[in-house]
Amino acid sequence: MVKQGIVPDELTKPFFDAANDERLVIQNCTACDRLQHPPAPACSQCGSGDGLEWKEMSGRGKIYNYGVVYDTPVRLLQVTQPFNVAVIMLDDDPGIQMYSHLPGTPPDDVPVGASVEVIFEATANDQKVPEWRVVD
Amino acid sequence: MATQLAPESMYRNDEGMGIWEHRGKVAAVGVGHSPTARRWDGKAETSVGAWSILALRRAIEDAGVSPDQVDGLVIVPVTTTGAFWPEDTPVPMDIVNSFNRTGDPLDGIAQLSSEWLLNNMPELTNVNFTMYGAGCMSNALNVASQAIGDGLTHTCLVLKAWHNLEGRYYQSGANAHDAIPGTAALKSLWGAPACYGTALQFAEYCRKYGKTHDMMAPFMTNSRRNGLMFPEGYWAQHRPEELTAEDYEYARWIAKPANLFDNDIPIMMAGAYLFTTAERAQDMKQKPVYILNHASSNAMPRSLTPTLDEVEAETAKTGRKIYEGAGITAADLSFENMYDGFTEFHQFHIEGLGYRGIKFGEALDFYQTDISIEGPNPVSPSGGNIGSGRSRVWLHTDSIQQLQGRAGARQVTGVKPEIAVSGGPMPLGGNYTVWSATPD
Repeated sequence: MVKQGIVPDELTKPFFDAANDERLVIQNCTACDRLQHPPAPACSQCGSGDGLEWKEMSGRGKIYNYGVVYDTPVRLLQVTQPFNVAVIMLDDDPGIQMYSHLPGTPPDDVPVGASVEVIFEATANDQKVPEWRVVD
Repeated sequence: MATQLAPESMYRNDEGMGIWEHRGKVAAVGVGHSPTARRWDGKAETSVGAWSILALRRAIEDAGVSPDQVDGLVIVPVTTTGAFWPEDTPVPMDIVNSFNRTGDPLDGIAQLSSEWLLNNMPELTNVNFTMYGAGCMSNALNVASQAIGDGLTHTCLVLKAWHNLEGRYYQSGANAHDAIPGTAALKSLWGAPACYGTALQFAEYCRKYGKTHDMMAPFMTNSRRNGLMFPEGYWAQHRPEELTAEDYEYARWIAKPANLFDNDIPIMMAGAYLFTTAERAQDMKQKPVYILNHASSNAMPRSLTPTLDEVEAETAKTGRKIYEGAGITAADLSFENMYDGFTEFHQFHIEGLGYRGIKFGEALDFYQTDISIEGPNPVSPSGGNIGSGRSRVWLHTDSIQQLQGRAGARQVTGVKPEIAVSGGPMPLGGNYTVWSATPD
């Protein structure tokens, strides 16, 4: 399952550079001590852009929810339908979500609540992206 | 001066604002629709611009005012259903030039500006107030209501129009590329279709409350039934087919647990209303329908997609805002016309309202009771987007027509139509209007 390539922009470059180093980082507001994802130019809570940093995560989470995609609008993924798109909540902060195809988990056989760990997957242009797999 | 997007100060986003200061002082008096079509056939007379002009002229005629009496125009400039002008296809300049064009050739073809409309409606000689609402008719209605109440305009047209082009929606543009920008990738890289977010919330809802997808079937068949009695709508005009519970239950999945029929069908159409002051409305052709309140939700999820907890907290808050500003309670609602495209939004909205006393987790059981227009608890008498195609207009048109007593075959008979609420789209991010047959 090959995802579209990614061209990091100014906002997301630290996230994707870290992914290439197989590290998961999430934007953090030092003033609020609060994580936010997706990243933004300013903290969604205090509105300040001054105290934003990138914080490394443990790489562990739980499957919060999922859907099974049978009709994706993304051309590169149409050959692999149906596939899971799960929502992962990070153990570091369950308010932070990430999407996952859950490689290795059959479509619609998703153990909601199960523990997952991050892996890093190359996309069509070799940019790596965080993915998640169920921990036995 | 170019038309501006309405400022945040025009919306009623907060609890504790009290009764709306213009409660009962603004009224809807005219309704106008274009025909509908599945997609644009490439002709000038069926372009989104041409149909917008048609809908506006019909609203003016319906109200019985002369065009020179109109002094305001509130529209939504975005007209896409998800179809964007293809990068490799030349814009048809013969069509563009058959109108009084603006500097942007897509104006009137795949978007809309107030400048373009005024260039092409020379009869609107006295429009001195123009403003844009974002996204939906629901938003533009809030803006027009507040503008009239604030005295910025006294006879105001409100418009939302949609274009739809050849091809499957959302499958062009970035989704067809081999690589995408990083910011977009964080949300779209996994290939989830538009209904996925709602499907997720619905999946959690079913797990939490022990409900199943097939329990949506009575809502679906009721919505199509009501839509087939909406002569302005797509299904009534082009595909007058009933939808059975079996059709629904065996339809193919798009993003399980949302199937084909849980998605509204993208169409072309334009819908328009004429709003004025309650005082001036007394002299017009149609029975006025008064606005008791408008309310908005501008909440954002903490992360990528709203959780069920976030959805329920926000719909409950929206319900409180709706009632507070209108000075009513749930018991005062004759019926509801909350948003339904995607279908799995609807139960969140009506549970937040506490419509007919239902609480979180009870809407799907409520759907198993009599929710027809003939019964005591009408649900979505318009049929919504599911009954008539994606316009985000039918819910408002029906509310006005029901309270005027001119909803035709769709007229509710199990309740006396006195007060209604309509609006949407999202549980987090929507705009709502409370309508009344009387100003107080």
